[in-house]
Amino acid sequence: MGHGSDLRFKVENLTRVEGEGSLRLRVRDGIVEEAQLAIFEAPRYFEALVAGRTPDEVIDIVARICGICPVAYQMSAVHAFEDLFGIAVDPQVRALRRLLYCGEWIESHALHIYLLHAPDFLGYPSAVELARDHRELVTDGLRLKKSGNHLLSILGGRPIHPVSVKVGGFSRMPLRKELTALRPSLDEALRLSQATVDIVAGLEAPAFEREPRLVSLKHRAEYPLNDGRIVSTDGVNLRPSDWGEAFHEVQVPWSNALQSRGGDGLPYLLGPSARVVLASDQLHPLAKEALARTGALESIRRNPYRSIVARAVELVHATAEAIDIIDAYVRPGEPSVAYTPRPGVAAWATEAPRGLLFHRYVVGDDGKVAAATIVPPTSQNQAAIEADLATFAPAVLDLPMAEATHRLEQLIRSYDPCISCATHFLDLTVERAG
Amino acid sequence: MDVAVRASAAAATAEDAGHGRATARRRPRVGVVKFASCDGCQLTILDVEDHLLEIAERFDIVEFAEATSRRSSGPFDVLLVEGSISTPEQAVEIARLRAEAKLLVVIGACATAGGIQALRTAAEHEAFRAAVYPVPAYVDSLATARPVADFVQVDAELRGCPISPEQLVELLVSLTTGRRPQLPDQAVCLECKRRGIPCVVVARGLPCLGPVTRTGCGAICPAFGRGCYGCFGPRENANTAGYAQALVTGDAAAGADGRGRDPVDVGRLFAGFTGATQPFRSVTDSLAGRPPVTLRPTLASPPETLRAGPPTWGPAPSAPEAPSAAAAKEAPDGPRQ
Repeated sequence: MGHGSDLRFKVENLTRVEGEGSLRLRVRDGIVEEAQLAIFEAPRYFEALVAGRTPDEVIDIVARICGICPVAYQMSAVHAFEDLFGIAVDPQVRALRRLLYCGEWIESHALHIYLLHAPDFLGYPSAVELARDHRELVTDGLRLKKSGNHLLSILGGRPIHPVSVKVGGFSRMPLRKELTALRPSLDEALRLSQATVDIVAGLEAPAFEREPRLVSLKHRAEYPLNDGRIVSTDGVNLRPSDWGEAFHEVQVPWSNALQSRGGDGLPYLLGPSARVVLASDQLHPLAKEALARTGALESIRRNPYRSIVARAVELVHATAEAIDIIDAYVRPGEPSVAYTPRPGVAAWATEAPRGLLFHRYVVGDDGKVAAATIVPPTSQNQAAIEADLATFAPAVLDLPMAEATHRLEQLIRSYDPCISCATHFLDLTVERAG
Repeated sequence: MDVAVRASAAAATAEDAGHGRATARRRPRVGVVKFASCDGCQLTILDVEDHLLEIAERFDIVEFAEATSRRSSGPFDVLLVEGSISTPEQAVEIARLRAEAKLLVVIGACATAGGIQALRTAAEHEAFRAAVYPVPAYVDSLATARPVADFVQVDAELRGCPISPEQLVELLVSLTTGRRPQLPDQAVCLECKRRGIPCVVVARGLPCLGPVTRTGCGAICPAFGRGCYGCFGPRENANTAGYAQALVTGDAAAGADGRGRDPVDVGRLFAGFTGATQPFRSVTDSLAGRPPVTLRPTLASPPETLRAGPPTWGPAPSAPEAPSAAAAKEAPDGPRQ
C-alpha cells in the first residue's frame, strides 16, 4: 500500500490535546513529502492586548493564554519584570513560587498521563472507557491531579487562573497551617506518583528512535522551574532572558502559530524528556531513584513515546519537592516588596509543564508595557513534532489506515501539545515591513 | 425559560416507548465544544475530580475532543460551548451546532461576554491585517471576537473566568433532576460579608470591582488581599457609571493621599475579561481607559516564511554530555539578584 502513488493521512480534529489542530501527511513513493501539524485555533492577539497595561495587569492577562498552565505564564512574566526592575524577593516568596509551579506540574502531568495519554497505550478512546475496566487506575490519577489543584487553590485561590502572583511577591502568603494541612494529600500523591512511574515504564512503546536536539533550563542547585540557564544537547548556554540569541521564529502557511528553529534552522525539543535528560542530576533523590528503577533514561532521550515516563518522573519530583518546601516554610512578615518600575526590556524563560516558555516585554517610561513577544513551548515544539512525524510515518505506512492514523496521533500526544497556548502570538512576532 | 425542565423533557422524549419500557430514560447526550478560548472552562469539567466518573455515568458524553477520541456530530441534548466566536468558520459552525442541540449552554467569560480578546476593535483588526502580517491570508479572523449569544439563541449560561466547578455541578445536577439551577446573582461584596473578608476598598484603599460584579468565585481576590477584577461580569442593574465616578473622585478607594484616581486607570480596571459587556465597556469608553492597541517593534526582523517539506533533525549532536557540565559551571547558585 502506498507505493507508486500519493498517500494522504488526514486527521481533521486531533483529540485529547489542548486546543484545535489537525495532522496532514503526504507521502509519495514511500517518501514523506509533507508532514504538517496544522494549528487552526483562532488567534486571540494576546501580545496586542497587553500593550498599555501595567506589569501586574499583564500577569493576570497572560494567564488566560492557557487554562492548563496559567501559572507558567504568570511565572515567566513576573520574573521578566522583576529582573528588569532589579527586585530581590524574599527567599520564602521564591520558594513559594516553586511550590506554586509544582502544583501546576502535578495537575498538568497527572491530567496528561492518566486522562489523555494512558488510554492510547491501553487501547481506549478516553479515560472514561478506561475507567470501566480499570477504575482504580483512573481514580488514582484523578486523586493525583486533585492534589495539585488543591495546592494551587491554597496558594492562589483557584487552580485555573490563580489570583495571588504579583510583581515583588504575592498579594497574600499562606499560613503555615494551611500548607501543613496539604501534607496528607501530598504524601498520598507522592506514593501514587512513584507507582505511576512503574506503571508507565511498563507500557509498551512503539519502536521509534532518533537523535533529537533537546533544550531546557538548567540550574546548579535545583531542578529547572523558575530559574537557571537555557542549555541544549549541542552546547547552547544562555541567560533565561537571552532566548533570542540562539532561537528564532518562522511562519509556515499551514499553521496559525509561528514555529521556532535553532540558529541552524533545525528543530529542537522542549518538555519533560528534555528536562529529565539535561537535568537528571538535579532531580529530587526520590525522583532519581524512580528513574533509575526504570532504567529508561536513554530511551526517554531517543523515543518520543517514552515521554510519559519522563512526565511521571517529574510527578515524583514535583510532589517530593512540594513536601520539602512546605516542611521548610516560614511565613514572611510581608508578602511582597515595594519597587519602582523602570523602562527597558523585561525578558525571562521558565519551565512550563510542556517546556521552556519565553516572554519578552518592552516597558515604556510610563511603566506600562509597550510591546510583547511570547513564545510558548508548543509553538517551539511544532517543528520537532513534524520532524518526528516525517521520520516515523514510513514505519506505519503498511498498517491499515485506522491503525496508522492512531499511531501518528499517539505520537503527537506524546508531546502533550497545548494548541491554545501556541496560537495567540502570531500577530506580534510579525512586524510591519520597513 | 426553565432550562432544567426543558432538558429533563428532552431526555424523556427519548424513552424507549416502542418496547413498552416507558421508565427507561436514556442518558442525556452531552457535547463539549470550544471556540476562541484558553480551554480552562472545559478543563473545569475534568477538575471536578470527585464527581467526574459519576458525571460520565449519568451523562453520555458523546463529544469532548479534549478528553476523548470518540467523536459525534450530534444531536445533543445538552451542548456546553466554551469560547468566543472569532473567525468566519466559527460563525458558521456555531449555527450548525445550534441546530444539533436541544439545549445550548455557554460556559465562561469568552462564550458569555467575548473574553479579553473581545476588547479589540474592528479598526485595530483591519490595521493588523493590512500592515502586520507578511502573509495575512494565512490567518483568518473576524474583526471582533464576540459572545455566542450574538450569533445564536443561548439557553443558559455559566459565567466566570474560569467558571466555578460548584456552579457546573449544580447545573448538571439540575439538568438530571429537572429542577431550576440555583445560580447566584449577587455582588461579590455580599460574598465578602458572608465570608467575613475585610473590605479591601475600605481597609486598604484598593480599587475593587466587587460592588458591580456578580459573585460565583467565592470572593477570592479580596480574600487574597487584592481588588476584584470582574471575572463573572456585571451583576444585574449594577450602577457602573456611578461607581466608576466614585473611584475617580476618591469617594471610593481613595489613595494614600486621600485623593481620587486617574480616570484612565479606572477605565482600564473595567477593561478586563468581561470588559466587552455593555455596563463595563461604557465606563471604559467614557473614561478612555482602554489602552490603544499599537503596532510594535519586535524581537528582530519579520519571521521568514517556510514552504519547504518537513523539517529534519539534522546531524546527531556531537557532544550530548558537554552542556551539562558547562551549564553547571556558569549557572547562578541561588536566587538571582
